[in-house]
Amino acid sequence: MGRMNGLVLSLGALGFGILYLPIIVMIIYSFNAGKLVSVWSGASLKWYASLLENDQLLSAFGTSLLIAIWAATIATVFGICIAIAFVRFGNFRSRLALSAIASAPLVMPEIVTGLSMLLLFISMESLFGWPAGRGVDTIIIAHATFGMCFAAVVVQARLRDFDMAIEEAAADLGATQPFIFLSITLPVIAPAVVAAWLLAFTLSFDDLVIASFVSGPGSSTLPILVFSKVRLGVTPEINALATVMILVVAVAVIGASWVLRRRLAARSPD
Amino acid sequence: MRGLVRYVAHLPAVTGRRLVIALPLIWLAVFFFLPLVETLQVSFTTPRRGIPPYAPLWGFGDDGFFTNFTTGNYALLLQYWSDYFGPALNSIKLAFFSTLVCLAFAYPMAWWIARSTEKWRTILLVMVMLPFWTSSLLRLYALIGLLNPNGFINAAGLWLGLIDAPMQMMQTDFSIYIGMVLTYLPLMILPLYAVMVRLDADLLAAAADLGASGPEIFRTIILPLTIPGIVAGSLLVFIPAVGEFVIPALLGGPDQLMMGKVLWTEFFRNRDWPVASAIAILLLAILTVPIIYARYQDGRVTATDRSERPVEAK
Amino acid sequence: MAPFIRLKFVSKSFADVVAVDNLSLDIEKGELFCLLGASGCGKSTLLRLLAGFESPTKGTIEIDGHDMAGVAPADRPVNFMFQNYALFPHMSVAGNVGYGLRRAGVRGDALDERVNALLKLVRLQNLGSRKPHQLSGGQRQRVALARALARRPKLLLLDEPLAALDKKLREDTQFELVDIQEKLDTTFIVVTHDQEEAMTLAGRIGIMDAGQLVQVDEPRKLYERPKNSFVADFLGTISFVDGVVGQRDKTGIALDGDLKIRAITNLDLAVGKAVRLAIRPEKICLSRTASTAPNQIEVVVEDLAYLGFATNYRVKTPSGQMFKLQQQQRRSNETPLSWGETGYVHFDPQDVIVLED
Repeated sequence: MGRMNGLVLSLGALGFGILYLPIIVMIIYSFNAGKLVSVWSGASLKWYASLLENDQLLSAFGTSLLIAIWAATIATVFGICIAIAFVRFGNFRSRLALSAIASAPLVMPEIVTGLSMLLLFISMESLFGWPAGRGVDTIIIAHATFGMCFAAVVVQARLRDFDMAIEEAAADLGATQPFIFLSITLPVIAPAVVAAWLLAFTLSFDDLVIASFVSGPGSSTLPILVFSKVRLGVTPEINALATVMILVVAVAVIGASWVLRRRLAARSPD
Repeated sequence: MRGLVRYVAHLPAVTGRRLVIALPLIWLAVFFFLPLVETLQVSFTTPRRGIPPYAPLWGFGDDGFFTNFTTGNYALLLQYWSDYFGPALNSIKLAFFSTLVCLAFAYPMAWWIARSTEKWRTILLVMVMLPFWTSSLLRLYALIGLLNPNGFINAAGLWLGLIDAPMQMMQTDFSIYIGMVLTYLPLMILPLYAVMVRLDADLLAAAADLGASGPEIFRTIILPLTIPGIVAGSLLVFIPAVGEFVIPALLGGPDQLMMGKVLWTEFFRNRDWPVASAIAILLLAILTVPIIYARYQDGRVTATDRSERPVEAK
Repeated sequence: MAPFIRLKFVSKSFADVVAVDNLSLDIEKGELFCLLGASGCGKSTLLRLLAGFESPTKGTIEIDGHDMAGVAPADRPVNFMFQNYALFPHMSVAGNVGYGLRRAGVRGDALDERVNALLKLVRLQNLGSRKPHQLSGGQRQRVALARALARRPKLLLLDEPLAALDKKLREDTQFELVDIQEKLDTTFIVVTHDQEEAMTLAGRIGIMDAGQLVQVDEPRKLYERPKNSFVADFLGTISFVDGVVGQRDKTGIALDGDLKIRAITNLDLAVGKAVRLAIRPEKICLSRTASTAPNQIEVVVEDLAYLGFATNYRVKTPSGQMFKLQQQQRRSNETPLSWGETGYVHFDPQDVIVLED
C-alpha cells in the first residue's frame, strides 16, 4: 500500500494547503508597507496603526461582538432546552413538531432564512408596530434562531452519553429534579455548553447573508462592512484586522485543545 | 442568584417540563416557521412601489375582505426560463462538483488523521477545525489576494518564470471550487473522520491476510464501511452549497450565476420582493429531496447509536 | 411483628418484557441479603423498585411498616450504591459524601464532622479533597459506599458493588463490606451475578430466574439442599441422575434399574414415581478397587483435568450415566486413574440430593 500512502499524503497536504495558504499569505502581507498584495515593499505595521484609527471598522466590530454574545447566549439557553426535551422527555406530544422545526434551520440556505425573517419582521411591524425598524435586535433574534438549533445538536450529543446513574444517585440522596439539573447535570455537561455557546457565537459573528437582510441603518456588522469594502477592492487594513482575529481564534482554539488534552491525560489512568 | 436557584429548584416538575418544551417550540414557530409561511404568501403577491414593496395578499378594505392572489411571479420564472432556471441548474452543477472536489480532498485527509497516532490526531483535527472557527468571509477575502491577476500566485509564477502572463483564475469555475473547498472542507472531513476512526485496523489486516490487495481492501472493506460518512459529509456540503451566495458573489464572474446571487440581486438591486420570494420557494423545492434524505439519514444514525448502547439495566 | 421489608406479589413490566413477575419476599432488619441471578433475571429491577427509581406495575412494597407506593426515592429511608458508583465527577470526595447531608440541611461543622466520620469508616480520611478521577477503583467504590451511608439509611441497596474491581481487591473488599454492615447494623440488599461473592457476603441468598425467586435460603442450605435443578445447576457443579423410585423405606428411597442409588430423604415419594437425584462432585469418591461402600458404581474415566490441588474427572457408567467428580490428591505417590481406566465411585446416601422437580 506504499503507493496509496503517497497519494493519500499528497492529496491531504494539498487540502491543508488550500485551507492555510490564503491565511498565511494574508498574515505576511498584513505587514507589507505597500498597498499591493503581490509586491513586497518592506515590513511595516502601518496597516495595524490605521486599523486602530478606523472608527467604522472598530464600531462594526463592536456591533458584531455585541450581537454575537447576545445571540449565542439566547441560543445556548434554548438549545439546552431542546436537547433536554429530546434526550430526556421520551415521547411527548409535540416531539415530532419540535424535531422538525429544530432541525430544518440546520439545512436551510442562509439566503432563504434571511429573506423570510425580514418578511416576517416587516409584516409584524405593520401588524403590531414591533420590531420598529430593523437593527441590532432583529439581527440578534435571527442569529439566535438558527444558533439554537446548532447549540442543541452539540448539547444533545453530550446528554446522550450522560450517565443517568449520577442523576439517580442525586435523587436518591434527596435532591429535587430542578436542583439535580443545576447541581449535577449542568456542571457535568459544562464543556459541551461552552462548545455550543462558542459555535453559536462563531456562526453569528461570521454571518453575512442573514444579517444583510435583517439589519437596518446603523447596525452594520463586521461581515457586512468587510463585504462592501472587498467589492470595492483590496484594503490592506482588512488584512491586518483578519490577522488579529485569526491569531486570537488560533490562540484560543490551540489553548483550549491543549487544556483539554492535559485534562484527558490526567484522567487516562482510569 | 441564590433566590433564583431556590425558586427554580421548587418549580413543580410538570410546569418545568412544559416550559422546557414550549419555550423553544414557540420561538422557532414564530421566528422560523412563520417566516417561511410569510415568504410563501409574498411569493403570490403583486409587486408595487412603496413600503413594503408588495401589495398585501389579503386583508380587510373598504369593500370588506379582499385578496390579491397571483401566480405571476412563478409565471415570470417560467417565462424568463434561462434567467432563472439557468442559475438554478448552475447552482446544482457547481454544488455537485464542489461536493465531489471536497470529497476528493477530505477522504484522504480524514483517513490520514484517523490513522495517525493519538497525539498527531489531535493536532491535525485542531488544524482542520481552526479555519472553521475563523471568519469564512475573511478567508475568502484572503483567497482573492491569492488568485487575482496581480495576486500572490501569479506574481510568484511570473517571478519563478513558470508562466509568461498572469493566469485568469478569478471569476471562473475554478475560483468557485477553490472557494467552496476553503469553506466547506471541514464539514466533509469531520463525518468521514468519525466513521474512519471507528474502523478497526484489524479488519484491514484480516482482509490482507485473506489475500486482498491494497485496492481490493479499499473497495471491499474501507469504502463500504465509510459510506455513512460519505453520505453525511456530502449532504453537509451540497445543501448549503446550492444556496451559497458569498462565494459566487466574491469569486465568480458576472456569468457565474447561482440562485443565491440571483435572489440577492432581485431583492436588493431590483427590489422585486415577490419574485425573490418565489425564487426562495423554488430553492427550497429543489432542496426538499436532499433535506428530507438528510433527516432520514440522521434518524438512522441515531437509531444505530441507540442499538449499540447497552440495554438499560434490568 | 411485621418484617422490615415486605414485598407482596410485586410485578414490573417494561413494554412487553416482564422483568419482575409476581414476587413476594420478606427481609428482616439487619440482614445482609443477596439477590443472585444471571444478567437479565430481574434482580436489578427489583433493587430499583425498592429504591423508588421504578414503580411496580402490580403489588405492594412495604419498608419499615410503610407502603412505599408513590414515595419518591429521596423520601425513602433507603439509599442506593450504583454499579459504576455514579460519583459526581465535578465534586471532590468530600463533596460527594456530603451531597446528601447538605440536601438534608446539614451545614458547617456538623457537616464536616459527619463527612470525616464517614471517610474514616471507609478508610479514606486523607483523600477528601481529591476528585473521583484521581482515585483508584477500590477507593471510588469506598467513596460510593460512604456517600450512600451518609444519610443513615435504614436500608442500603448495593447494585453489583464489587463487579468493577479486580479479583484480588474484590476478595478483600467483600470482608470489609461485611464488617461495615455489622458495625452499622443497617439492612443491606446486594445484587450480584457472582455466586462466590453472594456466598461470602450474605446471610441469606435469594436466587432469581425470569423475574421470580426460585429459592431463598442460607448459602449452605442452597448449596447442600437445592430445591430444584435450576438452583442445583446454578450454584457450583453437580451431576444429575434421572430415575424411578424402586424402593421406599422410613429414611429414604432407592432407584429402580441398573443404578440402584440410595438417597436419604423425607420427601413423600411413592414407588414407581420419576425422580431426579443430584450429587456434588466433591462428595463422590473414586477408587481403583471395589469395596463394600453403599452406592458403589463401576465407571470408566472419560476425561480428566489436573488442577494441582485436585483433579476433575468426568466418568461414565456402563449404562451411559455421567458423573462429574473432584478428587483431592492427599499423597503424592498415589497414581491417579487415567483416561480409559476402569474404577469405582461411591457416595454416602446422606449426600445425595433429592430434587423436588
